[in-house]
Amino acid sequence: MQGLLKLCHNRALQAVLLFAFALATIGAGDTDARFSGMGHKMVCTCGCGQILLECNHVGCPNSDGMIKELRQQVSLGGSDTSVFNFFMAKYGPTVLAAPIRGGFDNAAWIIPIVVFLLATVGTALLIRHWKGRHTLAVAGGMLHAPFHNDELRERIRRDTEF
Amino acid sequence: MHPMPQFGSFALLLALCLSVYTLLAGTVALVGMQRGTVGRIPNERLAETARRAGIATFVAVSCAAFALVWASFTNDFSVSYILHHTNRALNPAYKFSALWSGQEGSLLLWAFLLTGYGFVLRLRHRVDVRLFAYASTILAGVQIFFLALLNFAAPPFALWAGAPQPDGFGLNPLLQYPEMVIHPPMLYLGYVGFSVPFAFALGALMMRYPGEKWIRITRRWTLVTWLFLTVGISLGMHWAYAVLGWGGYWGWDPVENASFLPWLTATAFLHSVMMQEKRGMMKKWNVWLIFLTFMLTVLGTLLTRSGIVSSVHAFAQSSIGNWFTAFLCIVFAVCLFTFFRQSGHLTSEHKLESVVSRESSFLFNNLVLLVACFTVLFGTLFPVLSEFVQGSKVTMGAPFFNRVAVPIGLFLLFLTGVGPLLAWRATSVRSIRRNFVLPCTAIVGSAVILMISGIRPWKADPADMEGTLYALVCFSIGAGVLTAITSEFLRGAHVVQTQTGKSLLSASYTLVMRNNRRYGGYLVHLGIVALFAGLSGSAFNQARELEMGFGDSLTIGNYKLVCQSYTQDSNANYDTDFALLDVYRGGKKLTQMAPERRFYNASQTTSTMVAIHSTLLRDLYVVFEGRNPETNRPIIKVFLNPLVSWIWIGVAVVIAGTALALLPGMRPALSSRAAPAMPERELQAVGGD
Repeated sequence: MQGLLKLCHNRALQAVLLFAFALATIGAGDTDARFSGMGHKMVCTCGCGQILLECNHVGCPNSDGMIKELRQQVSLGGSDTSVFNFFMAKYGPTVLAAPIRGGFDNAAWIIPIVVFLLATVGTALLIRHWKGRHTLAVAGGMLHAPFHNDELRERIRRDTEF
Repeated sequence: MHPMPQFGSFALLLALCLSVYTLLAGTVALVGMQRGTVGRIPNERLAETARRAGIATFVAVSCAAFALVWASFTNDFSVSYILHHTNRALNPAYKFSALWSGQEGSLLLWAFLLTGYGFVLRLRHRVDVRLFAYASTILAGVQIFFLALLNFAAPPFALWAGAPQPDGFGLNPLLQYPEMVIHPPMLYLGYVGFSVPFAFALGALMMRYPGEKWIRITRRWTLVTWLFLTVGISLGMHWAYAVLGWGGYWGWDPVENASFLPWLTATAFLHSVMMQEKRGMMKKWNVWLIFLTFMLTVLGTLLTRSGIVSSVHAFAQSSIGNWFTAFLCIVFAVCLFTFFRQSGHLTSEHKLESVVSRESSFLFNNLVLLVACFTVLFGTLFPVLSEFVQGSKVTMGAPFFNRVAVPIGLFLLFLTGVGPLLAWRATSVRSIRRNFVLPCTAIVGSAVILMISGIRPWKADPADMEGTLYALVCFSIGAGVLTAITSEFLRGAHVVQTQTGKSLLSASYTLVMRNNRRYGGYLVHLGIVALFAGLSGSAFNQARELEMGFGDSLTIGNYKLVCQSYTQDSNANYDTDFALLDVYRGGKKLTQMAPERRFYNASQTTSTMVAIHSTLLRDLYVVFEGRNPETNRPIIKVFLNPLVSWIWIGVAVVIAGTALALLPGMRPALSSRAAPAMPERELQAVGGD
């Protein structure tokens, strides 16, 4: 029994150590990924307009310092929002490569989708309406009238000719 | 005082007077013709004098452009524009391109091209004298705007007021690149060219032009202009890739977006105009697409030159935005007034016969293109909106546009494959089943193969997951579109082969020549597939940066770069710093690359000259970023960019397809053998656009 307890104790210790190691490893990976992810969500403020981690001119007055600050902020372990807030407070909201502050910024993401959906529904309704008009015209026998039009017949011939 | 600047200024003033005469005389003559009134001079004669004045405008503006180029080549630094944009040591090719390197020069180029288009239009007036007279008069109105700008707001021949300068301040180093000699003229040929279809559309609406001949005339002009704009945009992409040194080709900068907007609406027009030609539908829509395209060219210029939105193309900004705003308002008012006055003339002749038809696919194509246009415009203007609402500007960079525009682009790619498979009027269920089985199999099959070969979004880094997913979808849809278009073409060729007994190759040639417009369009679609494949490669880009001394090596992908030397050189125009890097792959030396960093003496600015080793699968892209001031060793950044070559191949295919569609229709006789009656599916395979 004592042997079993000792084994369990060892297993538990091993599990804790393994978990701690995994956590540390995951954390390291996360830090790099977070650094890269956030560095690609900000722009260099020197006026080149490039993504912060892609700013490529040696001697750029801003990017080196900003990258160091980003590394520092990420290593402090704050949330993404707090890191972005730090940069916005220092460099202004234009430091973010896209509007992600919430509030009115959300409009930038929502409006194109809403327009796309509305336009799709509108086009579908338009097609249905036009199709309905055609069906009515066929039922009323109106469709045959234009066939007397030589120009139209010529066009139809062109459409289907071999 | 130098005579050339005076000559140039005089030529511009003369051109303005001639344009005013063209507009006034043309208007009086056309109103007279419409009302049936006759003045002291017969209306036809008055219209003819207006046409000739329009032709003379081109001569006058050509003289002005020549005067500016002359001033550039003779180093006439008494002209402020020449002083600010050239210097003595500048390469002659770039002295020529100085014509469009600044505000005043680029406006002169705009006016030159506009009057050049007008010149061609006025020479071809016999095609339809009355319609061309309307178009010529409207074009004169546009000319007046640009010539007024050149005479009063941005005169290119303004003299330098300070002390005489021994040398000029030089050309922007970023513009000292071979493509910059042809990129702006191509882009401007595209921008300016949309004035012509606009003039035809407005003219046809004003005169209630009977029939659809004007549509055919306009379509050709639009196609030519669209081609120029496509070439201009792609040259700009290639320039950004090869010169700016950030490893990409499209940064969603407002100036880039401004060129993309009219391209999208013109593409929509080129599709929907077929519905008007074939079915007499979408007349109002088409007129507005042309109006919108023209207005977007003006709006784009307004956005980038007024400083309303920030752009890295800072050299383009100035204070002439108010002029463009006023012009845009006038154009919109004229379009709106004419449309409401004459909209009764634009009643659709046909109704939609089936939901599943080519017409519906064109409607959805237009929807997607217009939504893409709205999204890009909205994204470009959002910083202004944000400042108005929140009091602070925001940046709308690539992360925003990539996330919003890429799904729209993928939907468009999907439609490029669906459209050609649908028949005009109605497509039967049997036909759908037959035509769509192969492309759908290709989509599913390629998705499975790609996932097996390692493109697994769920296994990618969180930052790359979205890009990998889009790439997977894009490659799969691309395979489907490729299969759809190829199978559709082969089906048609097989029908011709059966009918004529020719070989498949010969039958294919006959088929293409019988309907070059349709198959030119198919080729354009294939080019778009190649282009999208190239764009998708960016999801797998790799980058590495290293300070490299003699013998140091850097490994990226399968490539190993070894620094052989780094040194400096200089000439009269610039000092250059460059490294020589041997490139190895699998232990075998492939090539030597020499990325440069130049310092231009006249403008006191630096610029990179990227070294690129291109293959069909990937580009090795090497940038000399500068030297570490402590060690004096070069810092080299290397990108491995997959599939970039396919972007340029795609553009080349698009150009070839457009050229094919522009060829005059050739309809060789199929055979002396009597053709048997054809079943419906065969008719669909060879007929129509």
